[in-house]
Amino acid sequence: MSQPLLSVEDLRVTFELHRAGDLPWTRPRLLRAVSGVSFELFPGETLGIVGESGSGKSTLARALVQMVPATGRAVWQDGADLIALSRRAMLRYRADIQMVFQDPLASLDPRMTVGQIIAEPLRTHFRDLSETERKSRVKAMMDRVGLLPNQINRYPHEFSGGQAQRIGIARALVVQPKLLICDEPVSALDVSIQAQVINLLSELQRDLGLAMIFIAHDLSVVKHISDRVMVLYLGRTMELAESRALYGDPQHPYTQALLSAVPIPDPAAERAKVVIPLEGDLPSPMNPPSGCVFRTRCARAEDVCAERRPELTRAAHGVACHFPGPVAASAGRVPA
Amino acid sequence: MSAMTRHEWLLSDRPTSRRQARLGQAYRTWLSFRTNWLAMVGLGIVVALVLVALFANVIAPYDPVLGGDLRTERFLPPLTGNHLLGTDDLSRDIFSRIVHGSRLTLLVVVLVAVIATPIGLLVGTTAGYFGGWVDTVLMRITDIFLAFPRLILALAFVAALGPGIENAIIAIAITSWPPYARLARAETLTIRDSDFISAARLQGASSARILWGHVTPLCLSSVIIRVTLDMAGIILTAAGLGFLGLGAQPPQPEWGAMIAAGRRFLIDQWWVATMPGVAIFIVSLGFNLLGDGLRDVLDPKARK
Repeated sequence: MSQPLLSVEDLRVTFELHRAGDLPWTRPRLLRAVSGVSFELFPGETLGIVGESGSGKSTLARALVQMVPATGRAVWQDGADLIALSRRAMLRYRADIQMVFQDPLASLDPRMTVGQIIAEPLRTHFRDLSETERKSRVKAMMDRVGLLPNQINRYPHEFSGGQAQRIGIARALVVQPKLLICDEPVSALDVSIQAQVINLLSELQRDLGLAMIFIAHDLSVVKHISDRVMVLYLGRTMELAESRALYGDPQHPYTQALLSAVPIPDPAAERAKVVIPLEGDLPSPMNPPSGCVFRTRCARAEDVCAERRPELTRAAHGVACHFPGPVAASAGRVPA
Repeated sequence: MSAMTRHEWLLSDRPTSRRQARLGQAYRTWLSFRTNWLAMVGLGIVVALVLVALFANVIAPYDPVLGGDLRTERFLPPLTGNHLLGTDDLSRDIFSRIVHGSRLTLLVVVLVAVIATPIGLLVGTTAGYFGGWVDTVLMRITDIFLAFPRLILALAFVAALGPGIENAIIAIAITSWPPYARLARAETLTIRDSDFISAARLQGASSARILWGHVTPLCLSSVIIRVTLDMAGIILTAAGLGFLGLGAQPPQPEWGAMIAAGRRFLIDQWWVATMPGVAIFIVSLGFNLLGDGLRDVLDPKARK
């Protein structure tokens, strides 16, 4: 692979929280939603990001498009740092990076027809396009995502969730972006529709050569579409590897616990499966554990985990753990 | 095109043009509005007011300003001679004055709506969308206006600007925008964080475009409802100013001023003050009924 399309280094998002009734000069409490995430994304590649609720998945995505302020670097292929760009300078890259949202209906303006919704980004980014050209592009895009031409004048509420998500995808792709960020694009959809939308996305990706960041909390959904997968926990990367390697041979105890929780659609295999229970809740991101953030819920945790934070190894299969290894290595916990 | 096929064309679920989709949407709103008979009464009253104002010259049998014979035609009770509602102290036909007064009433209502609504929308959506200190500054200014009773503030403005119908309109407009700003701000706050606004921002749409293209259209229906419901209040304020001698000046046939002129004769010649009062009452009621009906069909939150 050649030059990365986007390389993110040490991305951090910190929210300052003022409690109600605090005086203005009191020091705010800090919520570290994303603390030091790095990865590279190559053209045409799909990076899956998984994690529990509150692990910082969506915040990470939003930081890349300046929807939340962040520190660190996110370098686009031409050398521009997306985090540091001014609003005006960012405008040039808006067309290159588009986003698909979780709730398809909420992401569409209820007062606009489908045609207007899909045409709107064209009005911003391709101002010299004539009315007829714009219309033909919109129609081509609708056709591409599987919407019927006679639906162009309908309003969003007349569509089902799956169709609405197709409209959202069409709006994102009509400006021919290089990177598509999908923030849980199928979580709000029925399972049968999920498959359709995912197939559509991977088909579009193949045909258009898109790079994709695909966020989900459903591991099986991510497995299907991703080339590489990143596991987030409390705003930190736990494991980052090729999809096959991560699902076939998970090294981090957190990844292993997540994978063991995925139901297998085969009763025999499901019964034989060893579930690694995760006790307790996600610790508060305002007061993260010292050392390894996962240690409070980890079966392998030892003293060193509380003292030093394990760095993500810089290999093709990166793990941030003091005691990485396959499931069996977790001494005595798994019955043979 | 026959009536039946037009009905079908409007209700088609496969509109072939944007215009047809728009008209279809409006037609559906109209169909649900039509089932509310009270709202239809309100609409009827407002339409009647507009028609009367338009054709005042044709409808009114007498001149509204020039009276008849002061010796024989003063204080004629209703239904005497050709005077449907009687005559006043200057032998002027009350019916003709009320008919011409509808022009002034309509003028006040329309101009106040045209001046106050955009101000309220602009202030409210800007404050709600940008938040922070913009919000604080704009809303505190709004609060200052809201802190005074409306009529008192209008009185102060008219007193400063000088009496007259134009100044009354300006004063009422200045005092009536704050509730719209509040409303628009509240609506904007709920819209601001929705995904489709984020989507628009990600597409690189400017703040002005988002405010004008996405936020304002969504605030519009609730503000329109509020304005319609306020029309009665606007009419009453205008009448109140007229009654206190600070609105329309004699001999203009303004309803509030007519009541003020007639109150001296209330015991003996009750109709002089009562008839314009009845007109104010009917028109106010009409606007309120219309506003209620509009809220039922336009406000997405009140539905179901």
